[in-house]
Amino acid sequence: MMVELAAQVAQVAMVLCLAPGLTGLVRLTKARLVGRRGASLLQPYRDLARLLRKDALVAENASWLFRSAPYLVFTVVWFTASLVPTFTTGILLGPTADLIALTAFLGSARFFTALAALDIGTSFGGIGSSREMMIGSLAEPAMLMMIFTVSLLVRSTSLVDVAEILATGELGIRVSLLMAAVALVMVAIAENARIPIDNPSTHLELTMVHEAMVLEYSGRHLALMEAAAMVKLLLYISLIGCLFIPFGIGSRAEGISGFGLGLATYLLKLAAGGVALGVFETSIAKMRVFRIGEFLGGALLLGLLAMVYLYISRAM
Amino acid sequence: MSTLGYDIAHLLDGAVLLFSFMLLYQRRMSGLISVFALQSVTLAVVAAWGAYTRHAPHLYASAAIVVVVKAVLIPVALHKIMTRLGIHRTVDAAMSIGSSMIAGASLVALSIMLVLPVTFASAALTRESLALALSTVLLGLLMMITRRNAVTQVIGFMSLENGLILAAVGVEGMPLVVEMSIAFSVMVAFIIFGIFFFQIRERFDSLDLPYLESFRGERR
Repeated sequence: MMVELAAQVAQVAMVLCLAPGLTGLVRLTKARLVGRRGASLLQPYRDLARLLRKDALVAENASWLFRSAPYLVFTVVWFTASLVPTFTTGILLGPTADLIALTAFLGSARFFTALAALDIGTSFGGIGSSREMMIGSLAEPAMLMMIFTVSLLVRSTSLVDVAEILATGELGIRVSLLMAAVALVMVAIAENARIPIDNPSTHLELTMVHEAMVLEYSGRHLALMEAAAMVKLLLYISLIGCLFIPFGIGSRAEGISGFGLGLATYLLKLAAGGVALGVFETSIAKMRVFRIGEFLGGALLLGLLAMVYLYISRAM
Repeated sequence: MSTLGYDIAHLLDGAVLLFSFMLLYQRRMSGLISVFALQSVTLAVVAAWGAYTRHAPHLYASAAIVVVVKAVLIPVALHKIMTRLGIHRTVDAAMSIGSSMIAGASLVALSIMLVLPVTFASAALTRESLALALSTVLLGLLMMITRRNAVTQVIGFMSLENGLILAAVGVEGMPLVVEMSIAFSVMVAFIIFGIFFFQIRERFDSLDLPYLESFRGERR
């Protein structure tokens, strides 16, 4: 109990501390690949600290919703990130980490971001939230399909159980898992507003989605929104890590002895994920908005195919 | 063969199928060609893995043929044709990408439902890879139907042929003579296609096949 509590507290602190560093790593990789020196890994931390020191300007016609949304969104995303097993599955809140609940949490964070963007009544907020809702309505079914496939295979929707069973490797390598993994990666790219769906570093009117929604925020509000986006990126990489490359993760039975290896492999996975994302983003161009449907439709299809295939291989 | 061997074989088969879907999804001509090359490389890995796990050295020859012919020669030639004819624009499909993807998924379900009852007595490995191979063949056919441009139809044909090799490798591996003759006939077919490209281009100033239809008395 005490060990689990300690692991949980450590994880809550760790996801928050590592998230800006991960974003910094992605930016550094992208900068290096295009031949720039790039800012140091610590730059996102400095940015957040600077934003926190600044005054928050709020539009005159903003309601309470606009002011409370950053806190809500950040808290929800942070909480969700602390549910996903990172270095060990033996965390106190592990049993509550249900995959479907996880999707619902992220969906509500998205809902409040979009609502706050509409609240001010600027046209950019409107464009951003309508596009975000389009992406969300396409990404969530794909995410759920992926979850159903994995859950049917393991016979549990609890993330902790799934990670532990998959880590033992007794299920072997399945074609369904390959398809589900590809689907999750595609969903993660869309959910985190990365290229080719959205460009995280653009403020070009016609293409921005996530940036359009947080355009009106400043000061500590903006800091919270940006931190939420960073934690969300870390969350998705952790999720991919613990579902599809669960090797090295500490199990509940191992307790404290599994922490060392778990932490080392987790940091390795995180770094590999960040670099891979940077390479991928550099090598691909942004998509037209109307092609997002095809991209996410492909993810949904893969999830569906994975499930069909799972039933077939069961029947054999 | 160990279970891990089975699993990796299935995984590779699945990857070949995924590349077929990527072919359906891809819009740019150069992207299509590189995805096709990747699919062929994966197919070669399937053959080599089969050779390694089942101790069937002749499959190494199959893998080598696939790599040389379909992953290097044909893609390079297609790139050359593309630059010579100056076609870099996006592929126009007769069916929207979304609906052709849905059609593709239903074809996969169809082929699985078709293969399973027929091969009830066979080993699990054979059945699953046969189902995946048949799906790859059907997806190649679908691509030939839904694309208007001659070059993309040829790529559809080649990926269909990839599916055939996948089936052959999955079952027992085919005799080397058959393998060689298929490889050469594909090469010959490709050369003929190439000549046709230039002929069609010269005659109609385009590689879009609907132009040909009026000459067969189908339209207008």
